[in-house]
Amino acid sequence: MSEKGCSCGCNCEQSRQAQFKDLAPVLEQYAKVPGSLITILQKTQDIYGYLSMDAINYISEMTGIKPAKIYGVATFYAQFRLKPIGKNLIMLCQGTACHVNGSEIIEEAVCEYLEIKDGETTKDGLFTLNNVACLGCCSLAPVMMVKNADGDETYGNLTKDSVKKILAEIRERA
Amino acid sequence: MKVVIGQGSCGVATGAKKTAAAFEKLIAENNLDASVEITGCVGTCYLEPIVDVYDDNGEMTRYVKVQPDKAEKIVTEHLMNGNVCAEQAISDEDKLFVEKQQRVVLRNCGVINPENIEEYINVNGYKAIQKVLSSMKPEEVIEEIKISGLRGRGGAGFPTWFKWDACRKSPGTEKYLVCNADEGDPGAFMDRSVLEGDPHSLIEGMIIGGYAMGATQGVIYCRAEYPLAIKRLEIAMAQAREKGYLGKNIMDSGFDFDLRIKAGAGAFVCGEETALIASLEGERGMPRLKPPFPAAKGYWQKPTDINNVETLANVPWIIYNGGAAFGAMGTEKSKGTKVFALAGKIKKGGLVEVPMGLTLKDVIYGIGGGIKNDKKFKAVQMGGPSGGCIPAELIDTPVTYEDINKTGAIVGSGGMIVMDEDTCMVDMARYFLNFTRDESCGKCNYCRIGTKRMLEILERITEGKGKDGDIELLEELAMKIKDGSMCGLGQTAPNPVLTTLRYFRNEYEDHIYNKKCTAGSCKALVTYSINDACKGCTLCSKNCPVEAISGSVKEKHVIDTEKCIKCGKCLETCKFGAIVKE
Repeated sequence: MSEKGCSCGCNCEQSRQAQFKDLAPVLEQYAKVPGSLITILQKTQDIYGYLSMDAINYISEMTGIKPAKIYGVATFYAQFRLKPIGKNLIMLCQGTACHVNGSEIIEEAVCEYLEIKDGETTKDGLFTLNNVACLGCCSLAPVMMVKNADGDETYGNLTKDSVKKILAEIRERA
Repeated sequence: MKVVIGQGSCGVATGAKKTAAAFEKLIAENNLDASVEITGCVGTCYLEPIVDVYDDNGEMTRYVKVQPDKAEKIVTEHLMNGNVCAEQAISDEDKLFVEKQQRVVLRNCGVINPENIEEYINVNGYKAIQKVLSSMKPEEVIEEIKISGLRGRGGAGFPTWFKWDACRKSPGTEKYLVCNADEGDPGAFMDRSVLEGDPHSLIEGMIIGGYAMGATQGVIYCRAEYPLAIKRLEIAMAQAREKGYLGKNIMDSGFDFDLRIKAGAGAFVCGEETALIASLEGERGMPRLKPPFPAAKGYWQKPTDINNVETLANVPWIIYNGGAAFGAMGTEKSKGTKVFALAGKIKKGGLVEVPMGLTLKDVIYGIGGGIKNDKKFKAVQMGGPSGGCIPAELIDTPVTYEDINKTGAIVGSGGMIVMDEDTCMVDMARYFLNFTRDESCGKCNYCRIGTKRMLEILERITEGKGKDGDIELLEELAMKIKDGSMCGLGQTAPNPVLTTLRYFRNEYEDHIYNKKCTAGSCKALVTYSINDACKGCTLCSKNCPVEAISGSVKEKHVIDTEKCIKCGKCLETCKFGAIVKE
């Protein structure tokens, strides 16, 4: 636990504690358990949706792991994001079966409809598109999973039209 | 009466949860004496959602493609009036998909409720561990596995007993058994199915393995992309702990063993043992030189054994039925059964478990029903990014480790992606190189930079900019990457290119010298034109986003190839089949 406090005389240390108060129980459980960095980062991302530089620095202070190393781990694994995401995360499967069944055409349709590219978020903050390696629903290819606050839902046997319809429905519900 | 609904990830994706809700509602509304339960993946993914209705006499009727709106009919006809609802029931032909298989690993998938330990116990679950703890020495367990001939189902096919024995003989009292559930091959999903459909099999296999090698702690390294698998594992572990199968002094034998799950964070290279261990320790998942092997120095520098899900799920069956029974299946060197994930351009996609030694034809045509839309079979990709494409002329190859290796592909984790005449083999090679380029950890220069260079060449070829000498350059790079990489990822990364070059060199040459993609899949090499079937309906020209199509009403239209962006809208909209893509 950092005892350094703030030297500028304001109460920014306090506000930082408040900023990361949801993270406190996670760090309490894992900060001192060796080999838990990935778990901590996963839980941090679950809470905030992404790993901010502030969060990385905070985790560093609490665990004693250098920020550079945390950054190194965070950028190594496909799961971690350093930028915030939209309300709905579209995980578009680019596995082999999906590729063979035309996932690139589905990607084109999604990109055209949402006017974003892989890794980007729509201006209204509703959707983020991520291409992923394989969702393991190969018999239903092409497949995508949409993750949001309500959980995740998988859609299979996509076509250009069906994917647009699904996204339109999600947009309407929002 | 019992209504059992398959709710693996693929079942859920086709709407099985909504179907289950519909049944629950109807049963409640009509005050019927029937329960709605879940089971894992039946394996016939092309028929999902699947509903099994068990009558009170134990007879089961399987209904397929049961969307929520079909529930009412089944409830009224079958549950209320006792008549089988024939139009929704599985056809005799589709029944064969499962009946032709021989299920060891998948024996309980789609049969029992994975969230209820009692159902696992009822099918002889936890009997094997009982046998082991009450009557077998660790050496005898290893001997039984040796007799079975079980080899690693994750890719390399290394004898399982040998790894267990090495870990057992390694000095030290603190040892670990790690289950690799980081199914990274994009196109394989048998491990997911076992985790979701029969988690107790894996847990029991791990307890037996732990006992055999002297490990008291097990770790399951599971993909974070499989949330349902993690959830079911957690439930199963809690139940096993409560029943005393996990924890201290298991079944009063004095043997302690417990498990925990570690969620992977998405890195294909973590399938490599030393990279997986680095990842378990919270580091970047980068492989290191071997030796020391994990059996000597693994997780936290302690002796560690790593096996794949399918391998471990075989273990309880082998112990319960005897190693010889397992060894009696399959061929001399490739014993037992293997699960294959049949996907791609196949009529009946799903999970297929067959004794090793059946031919590719038996699997693809005999069980999978052949190619979608009756197109021409071109190749089957096996082994994912480390494997290769096996061409149609080798369809009689028996599926064994040795025979598949001879073709240049590998059995790998068991992904079988079927390709038809519309699949471009150069594009497939590009797809896999793009994958390995992305997933290379960056440690070895040849893997990091070489795969990138190979990808650039392949991209160039598929964009119609291939030049003379590209094929030779690809071959040279491929051999150097194989030689210059430390781990399996780099050593096998060029395989998809090498096998497609071996069997489909003409396609590469067509792309480079004739600027032609015979499969019609490389956009840059395709041209659209209109033939005499055109009735002049103007629909295509109205839909063309770049106004590349001209012509008057009731007259044949023309596509300006200079303007055409090859989006394919005209082909989709034409009602007369007048648009030609070549």
